[in-house]
Amino acid sequence: MAALTQHGLARVLGQRLLQALVVSLLVATLCFVLVQQLPGDMAFRIAAGRYGYDYVDAAAAEAVRQELGLARPAWQQFAGWLQQLGQGQLGQSLVTGGAVLDEVHHHLGATLQLAAASVLLALGLGLPLGLASGLRPGGWADRLTLLWSVVLRTLPPFLLGLMLMLGLSVQLGWVPAAGHGERGNLLLPALTLGLGVSGLTARIVRDSVLAVVQSDYYRFALTKGLSPWRAFWRHGLRNIGVTVVAYAGVQLILLIEGVVVVESLFAWPGVGHALVHAVFWRDVPMIQGCTLLLAWLFVLLNTLTDLLCLAIDPRGPAEP
Amino acid sequence: MTDLAFLPWHRRLAWLLLALVLLLAIVGPWLWPDPARQDLMQFLASPSLAEPLGRDQLGRSVMARVASATRLSLGLAALCVLSAALLGSLLGVLSAWRGGLTDTLLRGMADGVLALPGMLIVLIFSAMAKGGFATLYLGLALAQWVEYFRMTRARSRLVLASPHVEASRLLGFGPLYIVRRHLWPELSPMLLTMASFGMATAILALSTLGYVGVGLQPPAAELGLMMTEALPHYSEAPRLVLAPVAVLALTLAALVLLRPLEVKR
Repeated sequence: MAALTQHGLARVLGQRLLQALVVSLLVATLCFVLVQQLPGDMAFRIAAGRYGYDYVDAAAAEAVRQELGLARPAWQQFAGWLQQLGQGQLGQSLVTGGAVLDEVHHHLGATLQLAAASVLLALGLGLPLGLASGLRPGGWADRLTLLWSVVLRTLPPFLLGLMLMLGLSVQLGWVPAAGHGERGNLLLPALTLGLGVSGLTARIVRDSVLAVVQSDYYRFALTKGLSPWRAFWRHGLRNIGVTVVAYAGVQLILLIEGVVVVESLFAWPGVGHALVHAVFWRDVPMIQGCTLLLAWLFVLLNTLTDLLCLAIDPRGPAEP
Repeated sequence: MTDLAFLPWHRRLAWLLLALVLLLAIVGPWLWPDPARQDLMQFLASPSLAEPLGRDQLGRSVMARVASATRLSLGLAALCVLSAALLGSLLGVLSAWRGGLTDTLLRGMADGVLALPGMLIVLIFSAMAKGGFATLYLGLALAQWVEYFRMTRARSRLVLASPHVEASRLLGFGPLYIVRRHLWPELSPMLLTMASFGMATAILALSTLGYVGVGLQPPAAELGLMMTEALPHYSEAPRLVLAPVAVLALTLAALVLLRPLEVKR
Protein backbone atom coordinates (compact mmCIF):
# COMPACT_ATOMS: atom_id res chain seq x y z
CA MET A 1 0.00 0.00 0.00
CA ALA A 2 1.26 3.40 -0.88
CA ALA A 3 1.94 5.67 2.05
CA LEU A 4 -0.81 8.10 2.96
CA THR A 5 0.17 11.59 1.99
CA GLN A 6 0.15 13.91 4.94
CA HIS A 7 -1.75 16.55 3.09
CA GLY A 8 -4.56 14.21 2.11
CA LEU A 9 -4.70 12.76 5.59
CA ALA A 10 -4.99 16.16 7.23
CA ARG A 11 -7.70 17.21 4.81
CA VAL A 12 -9.84 14.12 5.40
CA LEU A 13 -9.48 14.29 9.17
CA GLY A 14 -10.15 18.04 9.26
CA GLN A 15 -13.27 17.73 7.13
CA ARG A 16 -14.69 14.89 9.16
CA LEU A 17 -13.89 16.57 12.47
CA LEU A 18 -15.77 19.64 11.32
CA GLN A 19 -18.62 17.42 10.27
CA ALA A 20 -18.71 15.76 13.69
CA LEU A 21 -18.88 19.19 15.33
CA VAL A 22 -21.69 20.40 13.07
CA VAL A 23 -23.64 17.21 13.69
CA SER A 24 -23.22 17.50 17.45
CA LEU A 25 -24.42 21.10 17.32
CA LEU A 26 -27.41 20.06 15.25
CA VAL A 27 -28.35 17.23 17.62
CA ALA A 28 -27.88 19.43 20.69
CA THR A 29 -30.07 22.15 19.18
CA LEU A 30 -32.83 19.72 18.27
CA CYS A 31 -32.72 18.19 21.75
CA PHE A 32 -32.79 21.60 23.39
CA VAL A 33 -35.87 22.52 21.37
CA LEU A 34 -37.30 19.17 22.40
CA VAL A 35 -36.81 19.94 26.09
CA GLN A 36 -38.45 23.35 25.74
CA GLN A 37 -41.33 21.69 23.92
CA LEU A 38 -42.12 19.14 26.60
CA PRO A 39 -45.36 19.77 28.43
CA GLY A 40 -45.27 20.47 32.15
CA ASP A 41 -42.86 22.42 34.30
CA MET A 42 -39.22 21.59 33.81
CA ALA A 43 -38.23 22.39 37.42
CA PHE A 44 -40.96 20.11 38.78
CA ARG A 45 -39.87 17.33 36.49
CA ILE A 46 -36.21 17.53 37.52
CA ALA A 47 -37.11 17.86 41.19
CA ALA A 48 -39.29 14.78 40.87
CA GLY A 49 -36.44 12.93 39.26
CA ARG A 50 -34.20 13.82 42.20
CA TYR A 51 -36.45 13.43 45.20
CA GLY A 52 -39.23 11.19 43.96
CA TYR A 53 -42.70 12.29 42.90
CA ASP A 54 -44.15 12.16 46.41
CA TYR A 55 -41.70 14.63 47.88
CA VAL A 56 -41.95 17.47 45.41
CA ASP A 57 -43.61 20.72 46.36
CA ALA A 58 -43.47 24.22 44.98
CA ALA A 59 -40.55 25.14 47.24
CA ALA A 60 -38.40 22.23 46.02
CA ALA A 61 -39.20 23.09 42.41
CA GLU A 62 -38.32 26.73 43.05
CA ALA A 63 -35.00 25.68 44.57
CA VAL A 64 -34.20 23.59 41.50
CA ARG A 65 -35.27 26.47 39.26
CA GLN A 66 -32.84 28.82 41.02
CA GLU A 67 -30.02 26.30 41.11
CA LEU A 68 -30.18 25.35 37.45
CA GLY A 69 -31.12 28.81 36.25
CA LEU A 70 -34.29 27.62 34.56
CA ALA A 71 -35.80 31.09 34.83
CA ARG A 72 -33.14 32.55 32.57
CA PRO A 73 -34.00 33.53 28.99
CA ALA A 74 -33.88 30.68 26.49
CA TRP A 75 -30.68 31.70 24.76
CA GLN A 76 -28.74 31.72 28.03
CA GLN A 77 -30.07 28.28 28.84
CA PHE A 78 -29.07 27.14 25.37
CA ALA A 79 -25.52 28.43 25.93
CA GLY A 80 -25.42 26.54 29.21
CA TRP A 81 -26.74 23.43 27.48
CA LEU A 82 -23.98 23.58 24.88
CA GLN A 83 -21.34 24.29 27.52
CA GLN A 84 -22.37 21.18 29.44
CA LEU A 85 -22.12 19.13 26.28
CA GLY A 86 -18.73 20.66 25.54
CA GLN A 87 -17.50 19.46 28.92
CA GLY A 88 -18.62 15.97 28.04
CA GLN A 89 -21.52 15.93 30.48
CA LEU A 90 -24.48 14.16 28.97
CA GLY A 91 -26.54 14.27 32.15
CA GLN A 92 -28.72 11.63 33.76
CA SER A 93 -31.44 9.51 32.30
CA LEU A 94 -34.83 10.78 33.41
CA VAL A 95 -36.13 7.22 33.67
CA THR A 96 -33.42 5.15 35.33
CA GLY A 97 -31.53 8.01 36.95
CA GLY A 98 -28.20 6.54 35.85
CA ALA A 99 -25.59 8.61 34.04
CA VAL A 100 -26.32 8.64 30.29
CA LEU A 101 -22.67 7.98 29.52
CA ASP A 102 -22.70 4.70 31.47
CA GLU A 103 -26.02 3.58 30.02
CA VAL A 104 -24.96 4.28 26.45
CA HIS A 105 -21.60 2.68 26.99
CA HIS A 106 -23.42 -0.40 28.21
CA HIS A 107 -25.42 -0.59 24.95
CA LEU A 108 -22.57 0.18 22.57
CA GLY A 109 -21.03 -3.29 22.67
CA ALA A 110 -24.24 -5.00 21.53
CA THR A 111 -24.64 -2.54 18.66
CA LEU A 112 -21.07 -3.00 17.47
CA GLN A 113 -21.46 -6.77 17.61
CA LEU A 114 -24.61 -6.65 15.51
CA ALA A 115 -23.15 -4.16 13.04
CA ALA A 116 -19.96 -6.19 12.56
CA ALA A 117 -21.86 -9.46 12.07
CA SER A 118 -24.17 -7.92 9.46
CA VAL A 119 -21.36 -6.18 7.57
CA LEU A 120 -19.46 -9.46 7.39
CA LEU A 121 -22.56 -11.24 6.15
CA ALA A 122 -23.30 -8.52 3.58
CA LEU A 123 -19.73 -8.59 2.26
CA GLY A 124 -19.61 -12.39 2.24
CA LEU A 125 -22.74 -12.49 0.08
CA GLY A 126 -22.36 -9.26 -1.87
CA LEU A 127 -18.71 -9.44 -2.96
CA PRO A 128 -18.72 -12.85 -4.72
CA LEU A 129 -22.19 -12.33 -6.24
CA GLY A 130 -21.28 -8.84 -7.43
CA LEU A 131 -18.01 -10.07 -8.89
CA ALA A 132 -19.76 -12.90 -10.71
CA SER A 133 -22.40 -10.50 -12.09
CA GLY A 134 -19.84 -7.96 -13.21
CA LEU A 135 -17.64 -10.46 -15.00
CA ARG A 136 -20.63 -12.02 -16.79
CA PRO A 137 -23.16 -9.22 -17.39
CA GLY A 138 -26.51 -10.66 -18.32
CA GLY A 139 -25.64 -14.04 -16.81
CA TRP A 140 -27.59 -15.84 -14.12
CA ALA A 141 -25.74 -14.14 -11.26
CA ASP A 142 -26.43 -10.73 -12.80
CA ARG A 143 -30.14 -11.37 -13.15
CA LEU A 144 -30.31 -12.86 -9.68
CA THR A 145 -28.66 -9.86 -8.00
CA LEU A 146 -30.80 -7.40 -9.95
CA LEU A 147 -33.96 -9.18 -8.84
CA TRP A 148 -32.60 -9.48 -5.31
CA SER A 149 -31.78 -5.77 -5.03
CA VAL A 150 -35.21 -4.75 -6.37
CA VAL A 151 -37.00 -7.16 -4.03
CA LEU A 152 -34.99 -5.85 -1.10
CA ARG A 153 -35.82 -2.28 -1.89
CA THR A 154 -39.50 -3.09 -1.59
CA LEU A 155 -38.84 -5.09 1.57
CA PRO A 156 -37.72 -2.65 4.22
CA PRO A 157 -35.69 -3.99 7.18
CA PHE A 158 -38.62 -4.38 9.51
CA LEU A 159 -40.70 -6.29 6.96
CA LEU A 160 -37.77 -8.56 6.13
CA GLY A 161 -37.16 -9.06 9.84
CA LEU A 162 -40.82 -9.74 10.47
CA MET A 163 -40.92 -12.35 7.70
CA LEU A 164 -37.73 -14.02 8.89
CA MET A 165 -39.09 -14.06 12.41
CA LEU A 166 -42.41 -15.57 11.35
CA GLY A 167 -40.74 -18.06 9.03
CA LEU A 168 -37.62 -19.26 10.83
CA SER A 169 -38.76 -18.84 14.38
CA VAL A 170 -42.54 -19.06 14.66
CA GLN A 171 -43.20 -21.61 11.92
CA LEU A 172 -40.01 -23.67 11.96
CA GLY A 173 -38.85 -23.00 15.50
CA TRP A 174 -35.16 -23.08 14.55
CA VAL A 175 -34.03 -19.98 16.42
CA PRO A 176 -35.42 -17.89 19.27
CA ALA A 177 -37.55 -15.04 17.93
CA ALA A 178 -35.98 -12.24 19.96
CA GLY A 179 -33.79 -11.49 22.92
CA HIS A 180 -30.14 -11.44 23.84
CA GLY A 181 -27.68 -13.68 25.62
CA GLU A 182 -28.78 -17.07 24.33
CA ARG A 183 -27.12 -18.94 21.54
CA GLY A 184 -28.66 -18.12 18.17
CA ASN A 185 -30.01 -14.76 19.26
CA LEU A 186 -27.63 -12.90 17.00
CA LEU A 187 -28.67 -14.85 13.91
CA LEU A 188 -32.01 -13.25 13.08
CA PRO A 189 -31.04 -9.58 13.54
CA ALA A 190 -27.73 -10.05 11.75
CA LEU A 191 -29.43 -11.92 8.92
CA THR A 192 -32.05 -9.20 8.53
CA LEU A 193 -29.54 -6.38 8.44
CA GLY A 194 -26.93 -8.28 6.43
CA LEU A 195 -29.36 -9.48 3.76
CA GLY A 196 -30.77 -5.96 3.53
CA VAL A 197 -27.36 -4.44 2.81
CA SER A 198 -26.13 -7.32 0.61
CA GLY A 199 -28.45 -6.55 -2.31
CA LEU A 200 -27.08 -3.07 -2.83
CA THR A 201 -23.49 -4.16 -2.16
CA ALA A 202 -23.74 -6.76 -4.90
CA ARG A 203 -25.01 -4.19 -7.41
CA ILE A 204 -22.31 -1.67 -6.50
CA VAL A 205 -19.58 -4.29 -6.87
CA ARG A 206 -21.13 -5.42 -10.14
CA ASP A 207 -21.21 -1.91 -11.62
CA SER A 208 -17.64 -1.07 -10.67
CA VAL A 209 -16.30 -4.43 -11.89
CA LEU A 210 -18.07 -3.89 -15.19
CA ALA A 211 -16.76 -0.33 -15.54
CA VAL A 212 -13.19 -1.52 -15.01
CA VAL A 213 -13.40 -4.61 -17.21
CA GLN A 214 -14.79 -2.56 -20.11
CA SER A 215 -12.24 0.25 -19.75
CA ASP A 216 -9.53 0.89 -22.32
CA TYR A 217 -6.62 0.28 -19.97
CA TYR A 218 -7.99 -3.09 -18.94
CA ARG A 219 -8.53 -4.20 -22.55
CA PHE A 220 -5.04 -3.01 -23.36
CA ALA A 221 -3.62 -5.03 -20.47
CA LEU A 222 -5.28 -8.12 -21.90
CA THR A 223 -4.21 -7.25 -25.46
CA LYS A 224 -0.59 -6.89 -24.51
CA GLY A 225 -0.70 -10.47 -23.30
CA LEU A 226 -1.29 -10.46 -19.55
CA SER A 227 -3.17 -13.48 -18.35
CA PRO A 228 -6.74 -12.67 -17.22
CA TRP A 229 -5.80 -13.40 -13.62
CA ARG A 230 -2.74 -11.16 -13.75
CA ALA A 231 -4.60 -8.34 -15.48
CA PHE A 232 -7.29 -8.49 -12.82
CA TRP A 233 -4.71 -8.50 -10.02
CA ARG A 234 -2.54 -5.69 -11.40
CA HIS A 235 -5.10 -3.42 -13.07
CA GLY A 236 -8.54 -4.43 -11.87
CA LEU A 237 -8.50 -4.92 -8.15
CA ARG A 238 -7.37 -1.51 -6.99
CA ASN A 239 -9.61 0.42 -9.39
CA ILE A 240 -12.60 -1.64 -8.38
CA GLY A 241 -11.71 -1.17 -4.73
CA VAL A 242 -11.93 2.63 -4.81
CA THR A 243 -15.47 2.72 -6.18
CA VAL A 244 -16.69 -0.06 -3.94
CA VAL A 245 -15.29 1.48 -0.76
CA ALA A 246 -16.53 4.98 -1.68
CA TYR A 247 -20.05 3.71 -2.29
CA ALA A 248 -19.94 1.55 0.80
CA GLY A 249 -19.42 4.77 2.78
CA VAL A 250 -22.61 6.20 1.34
CA GLN A 251 -24.53 3.04 2.15
CA LEU A 252 -23.45 3.08 5.81
CA ILE A 253 -26.53 5.19 6.40
CA LEU A 254 -28.54 2.01 5.72
CA LEU A 255 -26.58 0.28 8.43
CA ILE A 256 -27.12 2.98 11.06
CA GLU A 257 -30.83 3.33 10.30
CA GLY A 258 -31.17 -0.42 10.07
CA VAL A 259 -29.57 -0.87 13.49
CA VAL A 260 -32.27 1.31 15.07
CA VAL A 261 -35.09 -0.64 13.48
CA VAL A 262 -33.70 -4.15 13.71
CA GLU A 263 -32.64 -3.79 17.33
CA SER A 264 -36.11 -2.67 18.35
CA LEU A 265 -37.68 -5.46 16.33
CA PHE A 266 -35.62 -8.24 17.91
CA ALA A 267 -35.23 -6.70 21.38
CA TRP A 268 -31.47 -6.56 20.86
CA PRO A 269 -30.13 -4.36 23.69
CA GLY A 270 -28.12 -1.90 21.61
CA VAL A 271 -28.03 1.85 21.22
CA GLY A 272 -30.86 1.88 18.67
CA HIS A 273 -33.15 -0.04 20.97
CA ALA A 274 -32.27 2.33 23.81
CA LEU A 275 -32.98 5.30 21.54
CA VAL A 276 -36.46 4.07 20.61
CA HIS A 277 -37.20 3.44 24.28
CA ALA A 278 -35.97 6.90 25.19
CA VAL A 279 -38.18 8.44 22.51
CA PHE A 280 -41.10 6.47 23.88
CA TRP A 281 -40.53 7.76 27.41
CA ARG A 282 -39.37 11.18 26.22
CA ASP A 283 -36.13 10.75 28.12
CA VAL A 284 -34.34 13.69 26.51
CA PRO A 285 -30.82 13.19 27.93
CA MET A 286 -30.90 9.59 26.73
CA ILE A 287 -32.25 10.65 23.32
CA GLN A 288 -29.41 13.13 23.01
CA GLY A 289 -26.79 10.62 24.15
CA CYS A 290 -27.93 7.82 21.84
CA THR A 291 -28.38 10.10 18.84
CA LEU A 292 -24.96 11.66 19.34
CA LEU A 293 -23.35 8.25 19.66
CA LEU A 294 -24.99 6.90 16.49
CA ALA A 295 -24.16 10.10 14.60
CA TRP A 296 -20.53 9.94 15.74
CA LEU A 297 -20.37 6.28 14.79
CA PHE A 298 -21.60 7.23 11.34
CA VAL A 299 -18.99 9.99 10.99
CA LEU A 300 -16.27 7.68 12.30
CA LEU A 301 -17.16 4.94 9.81
CA ASN A 302 -17.19 7.55 7.05
CA THR A 303 -13.75 8.72 8.11
CA LEU A 304 -12.49 5.17 7.92
CA THR A 305 -13.87 4.70 4.40
CA ASP A 306 -12.28 8.01 3.36
CA LEU A 307 -8.91 6.90 4.71
CA LEU A 308 -9.27 3.51 3.04
CA CYS A 309 -10.05 5.22 -0.27
CA LEU A 310 -7.01 7.43 0.16
CA ALA A 311 -4.84 4.41 0.91
CA ILE A 312 -6.06 2.60 -2.20
CA ASP A 313 -5.82 5.66 -4.41
CA PRO A 314 -3.34 8.22 -3.03
CA ARG A 315 -4.42 10.82 -5.62
CA GLY A 316 -7.52 11.35 -3.53
CA PRO A 317 -11.04 11.87 -4.80
CA ALA A 318 -11.46 13.73 -8.07
CA GLU A 319 -12.42 17.35 -7.49
CA PRO A 320 -16.09 17.93 -8.23
CA MET B 1 -47.16 7.42 -20.67
CA THR B 2 -49.54 7.90 -23.57
CA ASP B 3 -48.40 4.81 -25.39
CA LEU B 4 -48.18 1.94 -22.96
CA ALA B 5 -46.86 -0.47 -25.55
CA PHE B 6 -43.51 1.29 -25.59
CA LEU B 7 -43.02 1.19 -21.86
CA PRO B 8 -40.89 -1.62 -20.54
CA TRP B 9 -42.85 -4.22 -18.63
CA HIS B 10 -41.79 -3.10 -15.19
CA ARG B 11 -43.00 0.47 -15.71
CA ARG B 12 -46.40 -0.84 -16.81
CA LEU B 13 -46.56 -3.08 -13.76
CA ALA B 14 -45.61 -0.13 -11.58
CA TRP B 15 -48.40 2.07 -12.97
CA LEU B 16 -50.88 -0.75 -12.53
CA LEU B 17 -49.85 -1.30 -8.90
CA LEU B 18 -49.90 2.42 -8.21
CA ALA B 19 -53.39 2.71 -9.70
CA LEU B 20 -54.59 -0.14 -7.47
CA VAL B 21 -53.11 1.43 -4.35
CA LEU B 22 -54.53 4.83 -5.23
CA LEU B 23 -57.93 3.24 -5.83
CA LEU B 24 -57.75 1.68 -2.38
CA ALA B 25 -56.76 4.99 -0.83
CA ILE B 26 -59.43 7.06 -2.59
CA VAL B 27 -62.42 4.73 -2.94
CA GLY B 28 -61.71 2.45 0.03
CA PRO B 29 -62.56 4.83 2.88
CA TRP B 30 -65.75 5.71 1.02
CA LEU B 31 -66.93 2.09 0.79
CA TRP B 32 -65.79 1.08 4.30
CA PRO B 33 -66.22 4.31 6.20
CA ASP B 34 -65.25 4.04 9.86
CA PRO B 35 -61.88 2.47 10.75
CA ALA B 36 -62.40 2.98 14.50
CA ARG B 37 -65.89 1.52 14.99
CA GLN B 38 -65.64 -1.52 17.25
CA ASP B 39 -68.01 -4.43 17.32
CA LEU B 40 -66.72 -6.73 20.04
CA MET B 41 -69.37 -9.36 19.28
CA GLN B 42 -67.61 -9.98 15.98
CA PHE B 43 -63.98 -9.99 17.07
CA LEU B 44 -61.71 -11.83 14.62
CA ALA B 45 -64.70 -12.50 12.35
CA SER B 46 -63.76 -14.36 9.18
CA PRO B 47 -63.86 -12.66 5.80
CA SER B 48 -67.28 -12.31 4.25
CA LEU B 49 -68.73 -10.62 1.20
CA ALA B 50 -69.33 -7.34 3.00
CA GLU B 51 -65.99 -7.49 4.85
CA PRO B 52 -63.47 -9.03 2.42
CA LEU B 53 -60.74 -9.04 5.07
CA GLY B 54 -62.85 -9.82 8.10
CA ARG B 55 -62.61 -8.03 11.41
CA ASP B 56 -59.72 -7.58 13.83
CA GLN B 57 -59.24 -8.32 17.53
CA LEU B 58 -61.56 -5.44 18.50
CA GLY B 59 -64.10 -6.22 15.83
CA ARG B 60 -63.04 -3.34 13.62
CA SER B 61 -63.31 -3.70 9.87
CA VAL B 62 -59.83 -4.61 8.56
CA MET B 63 -60.72 -3.34 5.11
CA ALA B 64 -61.68 0.05 6.50
CA ARG B 65 -58.47 0.20 8.51
CA VAL B 66 -56.24 -0.78 5.61
CA ALA B 67 -57.93 1.71 3.30
CA SER B 68 -57.69 4.52 5.82
CA ALA B 69 -54.05 3.68 6.58
CA THR B 70 -53.19 3.68 2.88
CA ARG B 71 -54.81 7.07 2.43
CA LEU B 72 -52.92 8.38 5.47
CA SER B 73 -49.54 7.04 4.29
CA LEU B 74 -49.89 8.31 0.75
CA GLY B 75 -51.22 11.67 1.91
CA LEU B 76 -48.50 12.30 4.46
CA ALA B 77 -45.76 11.10 2.11
CA ALA B 78 -47.02 13.30 -0.72
CA LEU B 79 -47.16 16.29 1.61
CA CYS B 80 -43.61 15.64 2.86
CA VAL B 81 -42.18 15.14 -0.61
CA LEU B 82 -43.92 18.23 -1.93
CA SER B 83 -42.61 20.46 0.86
CA ALA B 84 -39.14 18.95 0.83
CA ALA B 85 -38.86 19.25 -2.95
CA LEU B 86 -40.13 22.81 -2.94
CA LEU B 87 -37.85 23.96 -0.12
CA GLY B 88 -34.84 22.00 -1.33
CA SER B 89 -35.01 23.02 -4.97
CA LEU B 90 -35.71 26.68 -4.19
CA LEU B 91 -32.71 26.83 -1.88
CA GLY B 92 -30.66 24.88 -4.41
CA VAL B 93 -31.40 27.33 -7.21
CA LEU B 94 -30.80 30.24 -4.84
CA SER B 95 -27.46 28.77 -3.80
CA ALA B 96 -26.34 28.23 -7.37
CA TRP B 97 -27.59 31.65 -8.47
CA ARG B 98 -26.16 33.78 -5.70
CA GLY B 99 -22.97 31.84 -4.97
CA GLY B 100 -20.60 33.39 -2.42
CA LEU B 101 -21.68 33.58 1.21
CA THR B 102 -25.24 32.34 0.60
CA ASP B 103 -23.84 29.27 -1.11
CA THR B 104 -21.29 28.58 1.63
CA LEU B 105 -23.83 28.91 4.44
CA LEU B 106 -26.49 26.80 2.78
CA ARG B 107 -23.99 24.14 1.85
CA GLY B 108 -22.64 23.98 5.39
CA MET B 109 -26.14 23.51 6.74
CA ALA B 110 -26.91 20.82 4.16
CA ASP B 111 -23.71 18.93 4.95
CA GLY B 112 -24.60 18.97 8.63
CA VAL B 113 -28.06 17.56 8.06
CA LEU B 114 -26.69 15.01 5.61
CA ALA B 115 -24.22 13.68 8.17
CA LEU B 116 -27.13 12.80 10.44
CA PRO B 117 -29.01 9.71 9.27
CA GLY B 118 -32.56 10.81 8.44
CA MET B 119 -34.15 8.28 10.75
CA LEU B 120 -32.46 9.94 13.75
CA ILE B 121 -33.90 13.35 12.84
CA VAL B 122 -37.37 11.86 12.47
CA LEU B 123 -37.01 10.05 15.81
CA ILE B 124 -36.09 13.24 17.67
CA PHE B 125 -39.04 15.00 16.10
CA SER B 126 -41.41 12.19 16.95
CA ALA B 127 -40.39 12.53 20.60
CA MET B 128 -41.59 16.14 20.62
CA ALA B 129 -45.23 15.26 20.28
CA LYS B 130 -45.76 11.57 20.39
CA GLY B 131 -48.28 10.55 17.78
CA GLY B 132 -48.51 14.07 16.43
CA PHE B 133 -49.20 14.22 12.73
CA ALA B 134 -47.63 17.66 12.34
CA THR B 135 -44.31 16.84 14.01
CA LEU B 136 -43.92 13.65 11.99
CA TYR B 137 -44.52 15.65 8.85
CA LEU B 138 -42.02 18.29 9.91
CA GLY B 139 -39.37 15.71 10.78
CA LEU B 140 -39.76 13.78 7.54
CA ALA B 141 -39.69 16.92 5.42
CA LEU B 142 -36.63 18.30 7.22
CA ALA B 143 -34.79 15.01 6.79
CA GLN B 144 -35.47 14.99 3.05
CA TRP B 145 -34.97 18.52 1.73
CA VAL B 146 -31.17 18.16 1.58
CA GLU B 147 -31.29 15.63 -1.26
CA TYR B 148 -33.26 18.04 -3.43
CA PHE B 149 -31.01 20.91 -2.44
CA ARG B 150 -27.81 19.11 -3.42
CA MET B 151 -29.05 17.76 -6.72
CA THR B 152 -30.73 21.01 -7.75
CA ARG B 153 -27.70 23.05 -6.80
CA ALA B 154 -25.28 20.85 -8.73
CA ARG B 155 -27.44 20.79 -11.85
CA SER B 156 -28.35 24.47 -11.70
CA ARG B 157 -24.73 25.53 -11.48
CA LEU B 158 -23.98 23.73 -14.73
CA VAL B 159 -27.03 25.17 -16.48
CA LEU B 160 -26.48 28.71 -15.21
CA ALA B 161 -22.88 28.67 -16.44
CA SER B 162 -23.90 27.47 -19.91
CA PRO B 163 -23.75 29.66 -23.05
CA HIS B 164 -27.52 29.41 -23.51
CA VAL B 165 -28.18 31.19 -20.26
CA GLU B 166 -25.49 33.74 -21.00
CA ALA B 167 -27.13 34.46 -24.33
CA SER B 168 -30.53 34.87 -22.69
CA ARG B 169 -29.04 37.25 -20.15
CA LEU B 170 -27.34 39.30 -22.83
CA LEU B 171 -30.63 39.55 -24.68
CA GLY B 172 -32.05 41.12 -21.53
CA PHE B 173 -34.35 38.35 -20.26
CA GLY B 174 -35.10 38.42 -16.54
CA PRO B 175 -34.57 35.72 -13.91
CA LEU B 176 -38.14 34.45 -14.23
CA TYR B 177 -37.65 33.71 -17.92
CA ILE B 178 -34.33 31.95 -17.27
CA VAL B 179 -35.87 29.76 -14.58
CA ARG B 180 -38.85 28.86 -16.75
CA ARG B 181 -37.05 28.41 -20.04
CA HIS B 182 -33.67 27.01 -18.98
CA LEU B 183 -33.74 25.62 -15.45
CA TRP B 184 -37.16 24.01 -15.17
CA PRO B 185 -36.87 21.76 -18.26
CA GLU B 186 -33.49 20.55 -17.02
CA LEU B 187 -34.55 20.01 -13.43
CA SER B 188 -38.07 18.59 -13.70
CA PRO B 189 -37.29 15.01 -14.84
CA MET B 190 -34.70 14.66 -12.09
CA LEU B 191 -37.09 16.06 -9.47
CA LEU B 192 -39.81 13.61 -10.51
CA THR B 193 -37.49 10.65 -10.18
CA MET B 194 -36.34 11.86 -6.78
CA ALA B 195 -39.94 12.42 -5.71
CA SER B 196 -40.91 8.81 -6.35
CA PHE B 197 -37.94 7.70 -4.31
CA GLY B 198 -38.80 10.22 -1.60
CA MET B 199 -42.39 8.98 -1.44
CA ALA B 200 -41.12 5.46 -0.82
CA THR B 201 -38.74 6.70 1.90
CA ALA B 202 -41.46 8.69 3.66
CA ILE B 203 -44.02 5.86 3.56
CA LEU B 204 -41.39 3.49 4.85
CA ALA B 205 -40.30 5.81 7.67
CA LEU B 206 -43.89 6.38 8.76
CA SER B 207 -44.68 2.68 8.95
CA THR B 208 -41.35 1.87 10.61
CA LEU B 209 -42.03 4.40 13.36
CA GLY B 210 -45.53 3.06 13.76
CA TYR B 211 -44.20 -0.47 13.95
CA VAL B 212 -41.69 0.23 16.72
CA GLY B 213 -44.32 2.20 18.60
CA VAL B 214 -43.08 5.76 18.44
CA GLY B 215 -45.02 6.98 15.41
CA LEU B 216 -48.73 7.61 15.23
CA GLN B 217 -50.49 6.21 18.27
CA PRO B 218 -53.58 4.01 18.59
CA PRO B 219 -56.37 4.17 17.63
CA ALA B 220 -55.01 5.67 14.41
CA ALA B 221 -55.08 3.22 11.53
CA GLU B 222 -51.50 3.13 10.26
CA LEU B 223 -49.83 0.29 8.38
CA GLY B 224 -46.90 -0.32 10.74
CA LEU B 225 -49.02 0.12 13.84
CA MET B 226 -51.59 -2.35 12.51
CA MET B 227 -48.89 -5.00 12.13
CA THR B 228 -47.71 -4.57 15.72
CA GLU B 229 -51.24 -4.64 17.07
CA ALA B 230 -52.13 -7.77 15.11
CA LEU B 231 -48.96 -9.71 15.82
CA PRO B 232 -50.23 -11.37 19.05
CA HIS B 233 -53.17 -12.75 17.02
CA TYR B 234 -50.98 -14.07 14.21
CA SER B 235 -51.72 -17.72 14.81
CA GLU B 236 -55.51 -17.24 14.80
CA ALA B 237 -55.74 -14.70 11.99
CA PRO B 238 -52.57 -14.24 9.93
CA ARG B 239 -54.49 -12.01 7.52
CA LEU B 240 -54.48 -9.22 10.13
CA VAL B 241 -50.70 -9.00 9.79
CA LEU B 242 -50.45 -9.95 6.15
CA ALA B 243 -52.95 -7.37 4.85
CA PRO B 244 -50.93 -4.28 5.88
CA VAL B 245 -47.69 -6.05 4.93
CA ALA B 246 -49.03 -6.71 1.43
CA VAL B 247 -50.27 -3.15 0.96
CA LEU B 248 -46.97 -1.68 2.14
CA ALA B 249 -44.86 -4.01 -0.01
CA LEU B 250 -46.99 -3.37 -3.11
CA THR B 251 -46.89 0.40 -2.63
CA LEU B 252 -43.12 0.39 -2.23
CA ALA B 253 -42.74 -1.97 -5.20
CA ALA B 254 -44.78 0.37 -7.37
CA LEU B 255 -42.69 3.39 -6.38
CA VAL B 256 -39.38 1.55 -6.86
CA LEU B 257 -40.33 0.05 -10.22
CA LEU B 258 -41.49 3.44 -11.46
CA ARG B 259 -37.89 4.50 -11.74
CA PRO B 260 -35.79 3.13 -14.56
CA LEU B 261 -34.03 -0.03 -13.42
CA GLU B 262 -30.28 0.06 -13.70
CA VAL B 263 -29.81 -1.67 -17.04
CA LYS B 264 -26.27 -1.06 -18.19
CA ARG B 265 -24.53 -3.39 -20.53
